[in-house]
Amino acid sequence: MSNTPDDNGGHPDERRILIPGSDLNPRREFLRSAALFTGTVAALGGGLEVLTRRPGAGSAEAQGTDFARPARPLGPYDTQEAVTSYQQATTYNNFYELGTDKADPARNAGSLKPRPWTVRIDGEVKKPQTVDIDTLQSWFPLEDRIYRMRCVEGWSMVMPWLGFPLAGLIRRLEPTSKAKYVQFTALLDPKQLPGQKGNVLDWPYVEGLRLDEALHPLAFMAVGLHGRVLPGQNGAPLRLVVPWKYGFKGIKSIVKITLTEKQPQTTWARAAPGEYGFYANVNPAVPHPRWSQATERRIGELGRRKTLPFNGYADEVAGLYKGMDLRKNF
Amino acid sequence: MSTGDARQSAATAKTPDRRSSRPRRKAAPLGWLVPAVTVGGLLPVAVLIWDASTGALGANPIQRATLQTGLLTLTLLVASLACTPLRLLTGWTWPARIRKALGLLAFGYGVLHFLIYLFDHGFSLGVMFEDVLNRPFVTVGFTALLLLVPLALTSGRNAVKRLGFQKWTRLHRLVYLSAGLGALHYFWGVKQDIVPPLLYAGVIAVLFALRLVRRGPTRQKASPA
Repeated sequence: MSNTPDDNGGHPDERRILIPGSDLNPRREFLRSAALFTGTVAALGGGLEVLTRRPGAGSAEAQGTDFARPARPLGPYDTQEAVTSYQQATTYNNFYELGTDKADPARNAGSLKPRPWTVRIDGEVKKPQTVDIDTLQSWFPLEDRIYRMRCVEGWSMVMPWLGFPLAGLIRRLEPTSKAKYVQFTALLDPKQLPGQKGNVLDWPYVEGLRLDEALHPLAFMAVGLHGRVLPGQNGAPLRLVVPWKYGFKGIKSIVKITLTEKQPQTTWARAAPGEYGFYANVNPAVPHPRWSQATERRIGELGRRKTLPFNGYADEVAGLYKGMDLRKNF
Repeated sequence: MSTGDARQSAATAKTPDRRSSRPRRKAAPLGWLVPAVTVGGLLPVAVLIWDASTGALGANPIQRATLQTGLLTLTLLVASLACTPLRLLTGWTWPARIRKALGLLAFGYGVLHFLIYLFDHGFSLGVMFEDVLNRPFVTVGFTALLLLVPLALTSGRNAVKRLGFQKWTRLHRLVYLSAGLGALHYFWGVKQDIVPPLLYAGVIAVLFALRLVRRGPTRQKASPA
């Protein structure tokens, strides 16, 4: 840093001259300078904050209704890792229909009305129908599942879901022999989902699974979280959970389930086909074009942990992908 | 960081060759200006630390801090780029006086952004080099920061004297490249919400265009007969 005596921190070609007959009152001048100094600090600091600060959602607990549930031993698919707190699981979400910032969904979920709600079931099924969510829920006993959740962005959580296996639902619908895939469609309603007023993605959100993936016992339909009714920001009233795949496969606020012959055109795969594939299996060996997938940050931890193949569920699901090139079918 | 004029005694006057025709009252000393910009520019660091300690950064504080320091870098860089066009458009001289402070603040936030990224990856240089070499998104951001290093090193008045005004000016045009790469880095960093990075890119493009236009005929001549 230069500090020549005549350095006044100004422009190189600046000259200084004395004001002849200066009649400035030094005290007033000092006060004026102090006021201008403070004003400038506030203006610049405030301006920068307005332009760049995006605080996370506050620590206000999302309101939830408790399900009555008995204490239970861990099930065969449950992880014993520390569960992510309800507060964090409900204030750090990707749900672009409610805003693209992580804190947006919690702030905006009030506009999403999970009752009354119907789910349309159609396509290659013997019994196409439209069913009320409470009726659909009553078909199955609710189960707890403590699953790891790995987001494609490189963070992860441990989620105690409540719901029922997807396989039970699919079997109940009696797929025809032509059914090869299951397509899920989320709610399309800009009034309830204000993010749909913009076109960040092609709405409605569409996801899909191969039929054998959908019938795998790990694939799960969640209606609750932490023993409470699923909050809007987590995909009320009905969402998909596929724990060995990246989080974006877990479509939220489902209104339609269609059995199809052809592979569904999924939303993220259409938005950026080179980055988000149809399979989207968690795979530390296949980097996202813009970041590595070798590690992840578990929410609530400062360091990073190694990402596991199939998010730690390789023993259960690797068989589904025998003979497939997982680099090509990412 | 740049030091402002510590001596309040001597009054600094406006450069006489102002291009504006606006009548002005007597020039007041602006000794407070650069210190004020420096303090104001550093306020977000205090807010960030406060946010981190109160949990206001949300469930993934490191990601949030990375994003915020990146945005501050780009915002301050754009602000420093806006100084000269603002001076030329208005005839005010104060923008020129705070340009250096804004530029150095931008560089400081860029370094902080980089340090948080390193912290995020456990200060593993292996991960860093792999990222820089294999991922255009990181390569571009890293390059943008590297370009600012020579500019920060030659921000003092001595450097202008040593290099000569023309050489110095040419060197400091790199700031446009750095800002452009910074905006591209931001664009590639978001998953799908591309509006904010495009806004930054648009502002940078406009500022750059203004400078290009200026480099044409500098004086507006009366229309030739």
